[in-house]
Amino acid sequence: MAKKQTKKTAAIKFDTDWTYAPAPESKDHIRLEEKYDLFIDGKFTPPSSGKYFETINPANEKKLAMVSDANEKDVDKAVSSARNAYDKYWSKMPAKERGKYIYRIARIMQERARELAVIETMDGGKAIRESRDVDVPLAASHFFYYAGWADKVKYAVPGASARPLGVAGQIIPWNFPLLMAAWKIAPALAAGNTVVLKPAETTPLTALKLAEIIRDADLPPGVVNIITGAGATGAALVNHPDINKIAFTGSTDVGKIIQKAIAGTNKKYTLELGGKAANIIFEDAPIDQAVEGVINGIFFNQGHVCCAGSRLFIQESIAAKVIRKLKDRMETLIVGDPLDKNTDIGAINSRMQADKIKQYLKIGVNEGGEMYQSSCSLPTKGFWCKPTILQMFLNHRELYKKKFSDLFWPFRHSERLKK
Amino acid sequence: MKRSDFSLSDSPAIDQVGVEERISRFTKRSIKKESKMTALKMALSMVDLTTLEAKDTPGKVKQLCTKAMHPHSIFPDIPSVAAVCVYPNLVRVAKTTLQGSKVKVAAVATAFPSGMSTRKVKLEETKWAVGEGADEIDMVISRGHFLAGEYGFVYDEIAAVKEACGNAHLKVILETGELSTLDNVRRASDLAMHAGADFIKTSTGKIQPAATLPVTLVMLEAIRDFYYETGKQIGMKPAVELQQLNLHFNIWSCCAKHSVTTG
Repeated sequence: MAKKQTKKTAAIKFDTDWTYAPAPESKDHIRLEEKYDLFIDGKFTPPSSGKYFETINPANEKKLAMVSDANEKDVDKAVSSARNAYDKYWSKMPAKERGKYIYRIARIMQERARELAVIETMDGGKAIRESRDVDVPLAASHFFYYAGWADKVKYAVPGASARPLGVAGQIIPWNFPLLMAAWKIAPALAAGNTVVLKPAETTPLTALKLAEIIRDADLPPGVVNIITGAGATGAALVNHPDINKIAFTGSTDVGKIIQKAIAGTNKKYTLELGGKAANIIFEDAPIDQAVEGVINGIFFNQGHVCCAGSRLFIQESIAAKVIRKLKDRMETLIVGDPLDKNTDIGAINSRMQADKIKQYLKIGVNEGGEMYQSSCSLPTKGFWCKPTILQMFLNHRELYKKKFSDLFWPFRHSERLKK
Repeated sequence: MKRSDFSLSDSPAIDQVGVEERISRFTKRSIKKESKMTALKMALSMVDLTTLEAKDTPGKVKQLCTKAMHPHSIFPDIPSVAAVCVYPNLVRVAKTTLQGSKVKVAAVATAFPSGMSTRKVKLEETKWAVGEGADEIDMVISRGHFLAGEYGFVYDEIAAVKEACGNAHLKVILETGELSTLDNVRRASDLAMHAGADFIKTSTGKIQPAATLPVTLVMLEAIRDFYYETGKQIGMKPAVELQQLNLHFNIWSCCAKHSVTTG
């Protein structure tokens, strides 16, 4: 390949006099209660402690609603209601009938898709473009899909007959609140289990809206129970003796705690934990599309994705070019109001997460990483992070040794690769 | 640039699925209010108002020229278009009618739209159109030669036409509808820019599909890379029917966000 002299040129200017006018999605049509109780046995029930906590909009730190803090007593109530529903209704019902209920949930979710998308964006900070086009339609799709499985799962494995386990305790994270709830609830119901679900404490609202939908779908009381709270609520659920299965998506640390807690019991478990993906670009790649893949890999959902492509390895011969293209592309990312239809990157989910990102960026820079951030301006209120690249060399391992894999960050760590 | 210094192996591969994904982001942008107005005005000021029919007459060209200078008589702040584009034999009519205005005259040449003629004829036609008063020449590349892998032939032809243009601007029409793949679009763009194009243009308007968003994006990325490499900013000309307003907007936002001159 003939090497060409690359002349020095002025950088491309991105502050053209043409910008997108604000295009905020309307939030007039959403209904949010002042205060949410626990969804137990088909009804909204006040927490036995009488305690509520705030859930805020991470884009402006304003309170959205008060949410119940469930304690052990509430967990016990929810689990026994699920057990009762399992014994009385759900395990006795023909599988085809179960399927109908799950279909009904999917249909109502579709009908209320707009409201769910707006609430998801307000409670979690993700861009409306994503909650509207990804989270909500996918969540409904999951219910549709598993509704179809309800009467077939029994025959799915040749030679074996699938059967329900009983009561499933499900704990889900804050990065895809409604979608995670769908992932967990839909298959459990299809297989004939009943459910106690705990959403993350920073993003409980769409799960509570889902509780309303489940109530409106007229499911037998107790088949799905949704209880809110922080770590202690989750621990009470994990340790409850009458749970048959724990399904958890979240951090590796908590996953380990859960694994220890249920060791020696008869509880089954699924743990879906942290993991970060690497992107590798060689010199014969379609570079512009590779860059786009890198951008989507790390900046989708503010990087709050368990398999986000947060590490990038580039073959040395094209490293400078790829980094330049990445920087150019990052300049065009629109960061800001998550409700704006043109926003690419919304708010970081919580203060805690934003602080954690800052802390790790500092570690990276202290270890000699070269940091680049796009020139976008950030809103003054709320939790934000500029699109960032941290360029390092392969010996900078400290960042990995930390609890690196659990950090959801909208910044990319890149290394040069010698072939 | 000398032909020997230029190698198509430097053109990156293009992944069609990736391009389409990028495009779908553009098509979901909301462009309204001031953004819409500005985009409309800017787009209008860059339009080449074109008539390229065998039935064109001096009368039709005169009418088109008047429209080019005064797009709307009630709203005087609506800008005039960039140029009027005609066949070479009508250049003089256009030039005379447009005298005193800022609107340029563009002429198609080089055996437009097929390019199926000898180089001698193409250069003659180019020189003649410039002599008649054309400010810009829209040439077509020899797609047959390009697709047969005779890149050197195409390169030399563009370079020769560029020379024949003298001071006139050269727009090189790639006719992307006949190039089959986005890889070819990228290669043809790189080739045309290195051979001396001032603008690269998607299509003649005689072949479907004409300008599409994926093609436009690939050409814009080629222009950006060329700019980084040489410091020279090449213009982009997507040839789209005026009625396709949404496509215009999407192309516009695509261009604006790549900070590349559009035409």
